[in-house]
Amino acid sequence: MLPRNVLGDTWLVFCRVMLPVLRNPVAVVFGIAQPLLYLGLFGPLLGDTGWQWFVPGLLVQMALFGTAYAGFSLLPEVRTGVMERLRVTPVSRVALLVGRVGKDVVLLVVQSLLIMLAAMLFGFRATAGQMLLGLGLVALLGVAIGSVSYAIALKVKLEYVFASVLSASIVPLMLLSGVLLPMSNGPQWLYWLSRLNPLAHVVDAERAIFNPGAVLYGLVSVAALVLVGLFYGVRTFNKESA
Amino acid sequence: MIKARGLARRFTTKAGPVDAVKGVDIDVAEGELVGFLGPNGAGKSTTLRMLTTLLQPTAGEAEIAGHDLLTDPAGVRRNIGYVGQKNGAGQDQRVADELEFQARFYGLSRLEARRKVADLLDRFDLQGLEKRGVVTLSGGQQRRLDIAMGMLHDPRLLFLDEPSTALDPQSRRNLWDHVKQLKADGVTVFLTTHYLDEADYLSDRLLVIDHGSIVGEGSPDELKHRVSGDLVVLGTPQASVVASKFENAVVDGEQVSFRIPNGDRALPGLLRDLDNIGVELHSVQVHRPTLDDVFLTMTGRSLREEANAA
Repeated sequence: MLPRNVLGDTWLVFCRVMLPVLRNPVAVVFGIAQPLLYLGLFGPLLGDTGWQWFVPGLLVQMALFGTAYAGFSLLPEVRTGVMERLRVTPVSRVALLVGRVGKDVVLLVVQSLLIMLAAMLFGFRATAGQMLLGLGLVALLGVAIGSVSYAIALKVKLEYVFASVLSASIVPLMLLSGVLLPMSNGPQWLYWLSRLNPLAHVVDAERAIFNPGAVLYGLVSVAALVLVGLFYGVRTFNKESA
Repeated sequence: MIKARGLARRFTTKAGPVDAVKGVDIDVAEGELVGFLGPNGAGKSTTLRMLTTLLQPTAGEAEIAGHDLLTDPAGVRRNIGYVGQKNGAGQDQRVADELEFQARFYGLSRLEARRKVADLLDRFDLQGLEKRGVVTLSGGQQRRLDIAMGMLHDPRLLFLDEPSTALDPQSRRNLWDHVKQLKADGVTVFLTTHYLDEADYLSDRLLVIDHGSIVGEGSPDELKHRVSGDLVVLGTPQASVVASKFENAVVDGEQVSFRIPNGDRALPGLLRDLDNIGVELHSVQVHRPTLDDVFLTMTGRSLREEANAA
């Protein structure tokens, strides 16, 4: 027998989880309600020149919130016999993870694009190339966080535990990323603390894409995050107790 | 089809190691329908999860459907069907989609998958439900969908984990017919259950597991023969007088029960004897041994009580 076709399996798993979303696309629109509120009710506080600075941060925040919660969709499939049923088929274990992450990243990219276009109505400016790069970075971050989210969901198995793991990790990650206000506004210690947060570098990189500046740290951060996230996710999905 | 030797699983818990399965040997021949019987927590599901690659054994080895469990789990997966205890169809999916994806996961082409899905929808009385959401199906329909999903790749060996749990009597009966049909088609079936009537009705052979070890094996009738005699229950105000005449008699108020070989034939003489010593009787019952009696004899526990308590 030939080794399993990981790409083909990933595509199948992706299609399986994408189908219900396509049947009910309204959920995608609900997903951008929160960033739209930030855009309309928080963005203007930063003044006319703030858009170039704020929108890239908002995109990273969407990637964080959009994919960190992805694991919730796995929990009913773990509790009923769906995951078990899939694990007895010869389907690739990697595909079971990556196919799902793929769905979340596609939704994230669509939502991010909608937010960018909406932001342009407020005064955000970007070229097609900048948008493409910006979406690429957001997608990579989504892969990293989505993988970890599914892996943690698979481990903890209970909604209320998963919810507290999420809130305990997302809030500090977001506060220390400088999404809402520049970290350099704060005291030295807080600034240095934010430098330890890989997400802060991703935010810097996303901003650099839409403004003149250095992207390097951010790319390194995002690459490291993707590697760590995928490694952890795949390892967890491969483990027998999963 | 199944040949397992010394299969064991130890779980590490905070209270220390727990040996859920303590080295079982299992042999199942092609075409057999084997019932795996035991109370909750006896090690049934753990054994089944090991045999189906869901759980790594801590000791032992097994060959399943011609493939080594430890060195070739992928080969095992391609050749077995598995229907778990819980429903395996996604609640946000449609019936035909889940079936088709399942077939594709087993490597069928889209065309083959569609053909096979149509065939199984027909075989498991699911026609007309193709576009229905899984969440709208009745319990019996979901269970039939589960079995259909386990059969898409025509496995020669099918594992069923507590197939009729939470089904109403009519759906259970219907499910049993489907399982019997699978056997008639030559599929080897290995099913766990804690329902005695199910094990009795379906199985060619039973394996009884308790506390992680196989405690009995044989056809339902063979196992029943091991229980020494039929159960006689007499209602009498002189229960203790009657009890003193029989070995291991149990008195419960105005009722006394004991076992004698060939109860139906022995009863007339026995009643005469009791009449002669002046014992007054107001009721007489004779019970053929049930699998529950078998279980009680083998383990000192009643399977039925365990099942009810669960």
